[in-house]
Amino acid sequence: MALKIVDACVNCWACEPLCPNGAIHAARPHFLIDAGMCTECAGDHADPQCAEICPVEGAILDANNEPTNPPGSLTGIPPAVWAAALAATAVGSSR
Amino acid sequence: MALHVSELPEHPPAGGCSAGRCGTDPARLAALPEDMRRRVENHPCYSEDAHRHFARMHAAVAPACNIQCNYCNRKYDCANESRPGVVSEVLTPEQAVRKTLAVAAAIPQLSVLGIAGPGDPLANPERTFATFRLLAEKAPDIKLCVSTNGLTLPEHVDELARHNIEHVTITINCIDPEIGAEIYPWIFWRNRRVRGRAAAAILIEQQQKGLEKLVERGILVKINSVMIPGVNDEHLKAVSRTVKAKGAFLHNVMPLISDAAHGTLYGVMGQRAPTADELARLQDACAGDMQMMRHCRQCRADAVGLLGEDRGDEFTMEKIAAIEVDHAAALARRTAFRAQVAAEREAPRSIVETVATAVQPLVFHRPAKAAAGRAVLIAVASKGGGMVNEHFGHAREFLIYEVSAGGARLVERRAVDIYCRGSEQCDEETNALSRTIRVLQGCEAVLCAKIGIEPWGRLEAAGIVPNGEHGMEKIEDAVMAVWRGLLTTGQLGRATDGRLERRISA
Repeated sequence: MALKIVDACVNCWACEPLCPNGAIHAARPHFLIDAGMCTECAGDHADPQCAEICPVEGAILDANNEPTNPPGSLTGIPPAVWAAALAATAVGSSR
Repeated sequence: MALHVSELPEHPPAGGCSAGRCGTDPARLAALPEDMRRRVENHPCYSEDAHRHFARMHAAVAPACNIQCNYCNRKYDCANESRPGVVSEVLTPEQAVRKTLAVAAAIPQLSVLGIAGPGDPLANPERTFATFRLLAEKAPDIKLCVSTNGLTLPEHVDELARHNIEHVTITINCIDPEIGAEIYPWIFWRNRRVRGRAAAAILIEQQQKGLEKLVERGILVKINSVMIPGVNDEHLKAVSRTVKAKGAFLHNVMPLISDAAHGTLYGVMGQRAPTADELARLQDACAGDMQMMRHCRQCRADAVGLLGEDRGDEFTMEKIAAIEVDHAAALARRTAFRAQVAAEREAPRSIVETVATAVQPLVFHRPAKAAAGRAVLIAVASKGGGMVNEHFGHAREFLIYEVSAGGARLVERRAVDIYCRGSEQCDEETNALSRTIRVLQGCEAVLCAKIGIEPWGRLEAAGIVPNGEHGMEKIEDAVMAVWRGLLTTGQLGRATDGRLERRISA
């Protein structure tokens, strides 16, 4: 069981110092979690710390490849509204 | 993010400078206790006067944030926008110090290094304090400051004091958790993401505690507040009274920047920004109790240069690598520059003192009731340095002066295009000119170094007198000369602008 950082990551460093296992490291194009070291914070914290602080929806996936922070869960922007905004403007890559 | 807010009182200001509405203008600066004057007189973000002379830079060493604000999108990598929270490259502390030293060698006006993001400096304490420690060893003359959301401020006050930080800005948008819940969707607190009202309550408590501890330590605190129409605009008056009572030095009420293309909740959901007039009214309403800052330029988290200019492009890490710096010579140039500014300041100050002894302390700011000619708003295109020195067509903002027989006073600045609006609107000069003319609404003249024939005609048609005769003159002298010209030609008979009438009758 391990979490995974994917390309929505904006390299903000927030998660890196919180990992109790030192499993997160800076990399390009985005930060990475060493799956062999990740415990999902079991035994250390009630919730996985990287997923708790990550500001970007969809940037961290759980062991089932589901986003720990699904669309709309952090910004409060309803996914349908976001999709409409994407279509109407060049926001594109901002999330 | 680097945005931070709060506001002040309910009584309309008395006229002139009597109630402190002039913030930190030179006369006000002269009236401060000596130790406080010394601490703000060279800091462009704390002193209206200093921002004409001195430059600041922000080092983008703090990418992580521990809260989410509805006006922020954590995708911060845009080179074409100028707003808090946006940077082009995040630096390590070592890179930040190398960059600061290169800038300090090239720009002797540099007096301040601030850390303002792109996340929160105190959510990245190791990186922030390492930058301060390294820079203090190499350039101890550069003042250090931080701008924080306040969540972890109380636990860092001692360390801020150890690093001789004399200026801290806290963004306070509310003191009521119900309102806070509409501004902050979540915070990260004690290893958990906390949401809604509970999150806002924690943040507010930490901000207020941090403010109190800083004041106890004698650190100057500026409160930034983002004015969000319909959310916290009225509430900011109460915020202002509260932070003033706790000893904050300066309150900076800034307009929300909201654009769907920024991908923020407010932008996407259509939350509007305040108009220039709404902002000015709120600043006026808050000015009775506290010094207000009116020269804020809402800079990027990696801005370099005088307020209102950004020379960050000249100092990318790539370009810095090629620069050889003679640190001793650079320090000597900065020291000489500061001595020169101090000497220039001595002259006007002694005039103020002379007038004061003649029992007319307000003469420079408050027209006598019988004075001939009404007050008018005059716009100025300036690149900084207190001069009329910008081409009309190049101006990204205009300084708006209220000018009357009693003198000239900067009352606001109006941005033309503070941030990128998307490619479809670029390069449309006609539209850009229309926008600029709209921005100048209420002004009766505009001063610039040069101006083209087309804008000249369009301005005249809009009832705004273009004037390019005072290029490279000091702004105060130039606007007074133009005002006297309007008076002589009989154009100052009656007020034409509602807001100005209100200001004058107040």
